[in-house]
Parts: sequence; C-alpha cells; structure tokens
Amino acid sequence: MTESNYDEIMMLLCDRLSSLTNSNVQITSETNLISQLSIDSIKLLNLIMEIEDTFDVSIPINALTDIQTVRELADLVHKIKSAS
Amino acid sequence: MNLLEKLDAAAAARKALLPDGVGAFGIPIEEVYSATEARIGDRRVLLLGTNNYLGLTFAPECIRAAHEAIDKEGTGTTGSRMANGSYFGHRALEREFADFYQCSSGIVFTTGYQANLGTISGLVGPGDTVLIDGDSHASIYDGCILSGADIIRFKHNDMVDMEKRLRRLGDRVETTLIIAEGIYSMLGDQAPLAEIVKLKNTYGGTLLIDEAHSLGVLGETGQGLVEKTGLLQEVDFITGTFSKSLCSIGGYCVSNHPQLEQLRYVSHPYIFTASPSPATIASTRAALELLRKGSHLRKQLWRNCTQLYAQLKEAGYTLGPDPGPVIAAMLDTPQQALLLWQNLLEHNIYVNLILPPAAPEGRSLVRCSVNAAHTKEQIQYVGDTFAKLHSLVCG
Repeated sequence: MTESNYDEIMMLLCDRLSSLTNSNVQITSETNLISQLSIDSIKLLNLIMEIEDTFDVSIPINALTDIQTVRELADLVHKIKSAS
Repeated sequence: MNLLEKLDAAAAARKALLPDGVGAFGIPIEEVYSATEARIGDRRVLLLGTNNYLGLTFAPECIRAAHEAIDKEGTGTTGSRMANGSYFGHRALEREFADFYQCSSGIVFTTGYQANLGTISGLVGPGDTVLIDGDSHASIYDGCILSGADIIRFKHNDMVDMEKRLRRLGDRVETTLIIAEGIYSMLGDQAPLAEIVKLKNTYGGTLLIDEAHSLGVLGETGQGLVEKTGLLQEVDFITGTFSKSLCSIGGYCVSNHPQLEQLRYVSHPYIFTASPSPATIASTRAALELLRKGSHLRKQLWRNCTQLYAQLKEAGYTLGPDPGPVIAAMLDTPQQALLLWQNLLEHNIYVNLILPPAAPEGRSLVRCSVNAAHTKEQIQYVGDTFAKLHSLVCG
C-alpha cells in the first residue's frame, strides 16, 4: 500500500462524508465524526460498506469503536488494505 | 458529561419519541387470562405481541410437570451447572434436545440470550472471525463482542455480499464462525440456508444457526429451518430458546461435534450463573414433547399466519417478505408507528412497537406475533382493525 493509496482513501472519505452529512463543516483529517458531523451509527455503517466495496476489504465493526476522526478512519482502512 | 448526565440524555431522546404517559415499552400486564388474552389497564386485550407461537403457556401437561417439580425439588437450584445446579432434569433435557436434532450432545443454558452468548464466546476468541447477518439478534452481537473476535457483517440475507466477505477472509475462513437465524425477529423472514450452506462448503468456515423463532414453527417435527430445508447435517451448531414455542425460559445448543462438551468449561455465561429452576426444566421437557408431536398446532399456526399476512397486505401495509408467525408492518416514521400502536390498543389489541435504532435500517415497525391458539375470528378482527386504521395512519 503506497502513500498515494492512503491519499486516495482520505479523499474518498472526505468526499463521501461531505455529501452524506450535507453540513457546512469543512471536512479535514481532524474532523470528529460524532461531535462535528453528528454522524449516526446507521450512516456510519452504510459509509463503511461503501468503503469496503471500493477497496475490496472487510472492516470489523468492533474496530470502529475507537474511531473518532476522519484520519483515524483512514488509518484503519489503510491498515486493513495493507494487510490484505 | 458525567455518567448520570449521559443517562439523562438518553432518557430525553426516548421521551422525544414517546411522550410521558405512552407506555409502549414494558407495558404493565395486570392479569393473563389465556394464551391469547390478558388485561392491560382496564382493557381486556387480544395478545398479538407475544412469542407464544404454539399457544402452550397454559398446556395442562406443562403446568402439571412444573407443579410436580416444585413439590419434589424445590423452587430453585441455587447454583451453577458447574457446581450443584445439574439435576437429573437438566441432563435429561440435554439428552432430549440432542435426540430431537439427531445430534450427539446438547447443552442447556439459563436463558436463550445466554445460549448465544455462551456458545459464540466459547467457540471463537481474539484473532478469530465471526461473519454475521446484519439483522442478527442482540444476543448474537453481544456474544460476538464478548468473544473478542473480529465481527464482520453481511447485508441481511444478501448472499452476494456474504460471498464477497467470505472471499476476502482468505485463509482466515478456517477460524471463522458464520451465524444466521432460522426466522429473523424483526421482519419475520427466513435465512436462505441452502445458499449459506453452499457458500460455507465452497469457502469453508463453521456454521451456527439460531432457531429461536423457528423452533416449533418450521419443519414437520418443528426442528426449525434446518428441518424445513433438509439441511440439518450441514449445520455445525444449532442454538435456540425455551421462551418462545416452549413457553418457559432457557436456551440450548446442540451439535455433532464432540468439542461442544468443552464449552461447559470455557463458557462464562454457562458457568457463572444459576441453572434453570426445576419447574422451568420440567415444563420445558413437557412442552418439547408436545412440540415434537404438534403438527396439528403448526398447521393451525400457519393458517393464522397466512390469514393475517394476507389481510394486512390487502389493507396496503408494507410487510416483510415471508408470511410467518412474525408479521411486521413497516411505517415511514416513528410517529406513524406510535399512532398505529396506540389506536390498536384502543381497539383492545396489543402488538409490539419497535422504533429506531432497534429496528433494521432506521425503520419503525408495528409487529404482530401470531400463535396457534388464536381463533379465526380473533385473527379476522385484528386484520379488520389494521385495515380500518390504514388511512388514519398512512393516509
């Protein structure tokens, strides 16, 4: 997994979160999914399924419990993709 | 926000959905008259929100067996299965469940919830994987969390999605437990077991089927989906509950794998709780016997299910895909579901109200549970009332 793949993950996440939440918050790697975007568990799981299909990985739902920010989510996807 | 303030926030969210005075959750039932009628407040209501599928809650054989057990063995075992809580009845019921499923062994748990918790957490652990249907019951989710295994969900009953996830697991499939349910509790639909078995045989893995809602309901002798599909021998572990068709409380797991016995030594939900009371075990044994020879009850149950499903569909409600003892009307908003639930109660019909996030995909459900003891006239009245309320709720 290369740096460009990581950037690709980050870009996709920011893009999808932006359309999913339809909020005025500028989404960056440090944006908090819960406190700033108020993303609920159902929306988050739908987003995860989309990411899984895009990168052909499966993300365990119990790995999401520690995820707060966009960067942490990107790191998790990157880690799983690298190991696959 | 401190711990108590977090609970206050959760209470505020609940009150926003259900104003004070609307007791849809934990509604007090003052008196129970029969398998189909009870008193709520000052109303004599029809019970369409219980899991009493075969209508055996007042079966004389079960009541007599429970009375005799209390007289002979007392009110409780006061101990764990691991210590002093394995009486003759507990061991006999395990043999009877194993015989019922033509399996080499069975284990009895104190609740159905614990049967899933104890079986799943006993079979998998950190580093292993569980592959579960997205609409799985909370006891399956909680068992997976307790196990520490990686939890991967596939979309509800979506075999393309399940296959994709099995393929992605690669070699890890060897330590993967696949879990599905005979009948799903929210929409009442059945798992596509033949396709699940085919995928399991292609990719590998160990398969557990939870027959909680399908025991007594599906199959010639009531084994559940494994019997209806003729796939009993393809399934590694079967779990289920006593609290639905068997009308008591408790749970079981059966298997032909001799390793099942090891669960007695590693499964905390089995070890660290008191065993079921003698009366519970005795009434369950009597009910299991009635269930096995209860094809007439299943026929009556299915007549009732088919009738109500058809009436609700004709009235214009959106329902789950399969007719069955769980019939859920899907509403667009929680407010619509609440309005329907309240109006049904005013017409002396008790059903279950299920609001987000408890229902799948943020839906709001008014769920009926049909049983074999309902009369044709009772079912007709429920269907007619739903039809009468359709324009008020959905119009």
